Amino acid sequence: MNFLNVIVCIKQVPDPQHLSKITIDPISKTIRREDVPAVINPLDKHALEEGLRIRDKYGGRVIVLSMCPPQAELACREALAMGADEAILLCDRAFAGADTLSTSYSLSLAIKRIGGFNMILCGNETVDGSTGQVPPQLADFLNVPHVTRARKIEFTNEGMVRVERSIEYGYMVVEVTLPAVIAVTKEINVPRIPTVSGILEAHQREVKVWTAKDIEAEEEKIGLAGSPTQVVDIFSPEIGRKGEILKGEPEEVVKLLVQRLHELGVI
Amino acid sequence: MTKETEEYKGVWAFAEQRKGKLLNVSLELLGGGMEIANKLGVDLTAILIGHNVRKLAKELIAYGADNIHMVSHPLLEFYQSDAYAKVVTDLVNQHNPEILFVGATAVGMDLAPRIAVKLKTGLSAHVVKLEIDEKRHLRQIVPGFGGKVMAVVVCPTHRPQMTTVRPGVFRKPVRDESRRGNIVKVDVDITEDDLRARTIQVVEEKPKEKPLEGAEVVVAGGWGMRAVGGFQPIRELAALLGASVGGTRPSMDEGWISEEQMIGQSGKTIRPKLYIGLGISGEMHHTVGILDSEVIVAVNKDENAPIFQVADLGIVGDLREVLPHLLEEFKRTR
Repeated sequence: MNFLNVIVCIKQVPDPQHLSKITIDPISKTIRREDVPAVINPLDKHALEEGLRIRDKYGGRVIVLSMCPPQAELACREALAMGADEAILLCDRAFAGADTLSTSYSLSLAIKRIGGFNMILCGNETVDGSTGQVPPQLADFLNVPHVTRARKIEFTNEGMVRVERSIEYGYMVVEVTLPAVIAVTKEINVPRIPTVSGILEAHQREVKVWTAKDIEAEEEKIGLAGSPTQVVDIFSPEIGRKGEILKGEPEEVVKLLVQRLHELGVI
Repeated sequence: MTKETEEYKGVWAFAEQRKGKLLNVSLELLGGGMEIANKLGVDLTAILIGHNVRKLAKELIAYGADNIHMVSHPLLEFYQSDAYAKVVTDLVNQHNPEILFVGATAVGMDLAPRIAVKLKTGLSAHVVKLEIDEKRHLRQIVPGFGGKVMAVVVCPTHRPQMTTVRPGVFRKPVRDESRRGNIVKVDVDITEDDLRARTIQVVEEKPKEKPLEGAEVVVAGGWGMRAVGGFQPIRELAALLGASVGGTRPSMDEGWISEEQMIGQSGKTIRPKLYIGLGISGEMHHTVGILDSEVIVAVNKDENAPIFQVADLGIVGDLREVLPHLLEEFKRTR
């Protein structure tokens, strides 16, 4: 099988282990994430790993693409350290405020500029927005098929893959003609850890930076202007529960608890 | 979008079926959809796609839909992303609803985003609450950053306003056999272009344990269950109470529960009468899935654990001491 490019879309996100440290600034109503380290979105690592395995088996190139603020250069380098052949950071103030439609549009233009591809791999969702909407939307902008929640990808005939996608209480088997966008779940593989030489080498390599102009993006379709959805308010969820802590010896408090539950009629 | 937003009318819901059965979430969409439709003074319409699904169309009427656009085609028996997206897009372009709900299921999350691009409209994900504002716009409240932050999303100038809704967020309406509605059979042409990603098999795996959906009592465990060697006490307790077992992501990573039993932002939203959280610290990522429980009980050895902010009743204590008494007391007072 002759391979062209596998493009892996990655996003730099707040480290999910530290999400509880995120706060909302009450005055500016913006999200504060200074104390939270940024990492490659965990599922995107699985996507990258899958791309690298495909390359290792069939040949071709793995190109990593990310639409993020400048600090995502670190994420791109980490991808290079894992073994990606090339990394492109799509970075421009004009992309700020983009919802998934606008983001997918911009990514699709960057991919058109990259040129031919057999497969685009993404993590199924990110830990911040968690919408999982970009892979199918990207596919539609590129007019190729898509499959989400992929836990296994097998190459069958020339130009086709068989994908197992997980669903509630089971799975579907989907035959997809390439090129296609495939969004992966963590069941698909275990991502490799970058080698020391990989990391050292990645330091020397170039992370290309492309702007909105480089991809010939139409101004009204990118960033906030290109986003049909807008966030008009953010807040910390209010809970409003009594929060009664029962105190005493375990045997006593348990008796008390069970009694209360009987009284409340919930058991 | 070629019309003014005011010219879009109607609340629509995508009714998902699998192997000839309607998913519960589809019925819940009708419950929530009906409330919104009533507030707006418009019809509630469902789209149903499959093969030989007329019986299901009648069910949707009994559960509150005023109209059904029914597409029945042998090639559409299983979910086919390209074909389903085309069918829904064409119907929406013909009828111009102002709102389209899709269940946030594996299929719904695969389908809705593609439709949104074809319709060039906005889509929000995993809505937990909906409101209609004074301009008849849909205010969509969604969780972000693992539930730490709630965002209010609107789609002011594009139509329809699309949103995916988690199972358990809306209430399933009461079935009423006497309800009347219109079933419109829609003919469609399906070509190879519409089947570039072709589902050839749907394999169902019956849940090994009582599912979380619709459970009246849920006993859930977190990382703290390490202290007692895992989930055995939880399963005992659940058996005693006739409860379903749930847990957090760490519990799933440990292999104590399946993905289907995970509660929270990336998992299930539950609304039992009673939720008991054992050894769960209460990160928003998990608790965002339990906030609709009638009564929340928590046991944790750390009095500063965030779970106590969301609990009605709490015990600060060592699970190794508390659990045996808990099991004993529930047995005794059965």
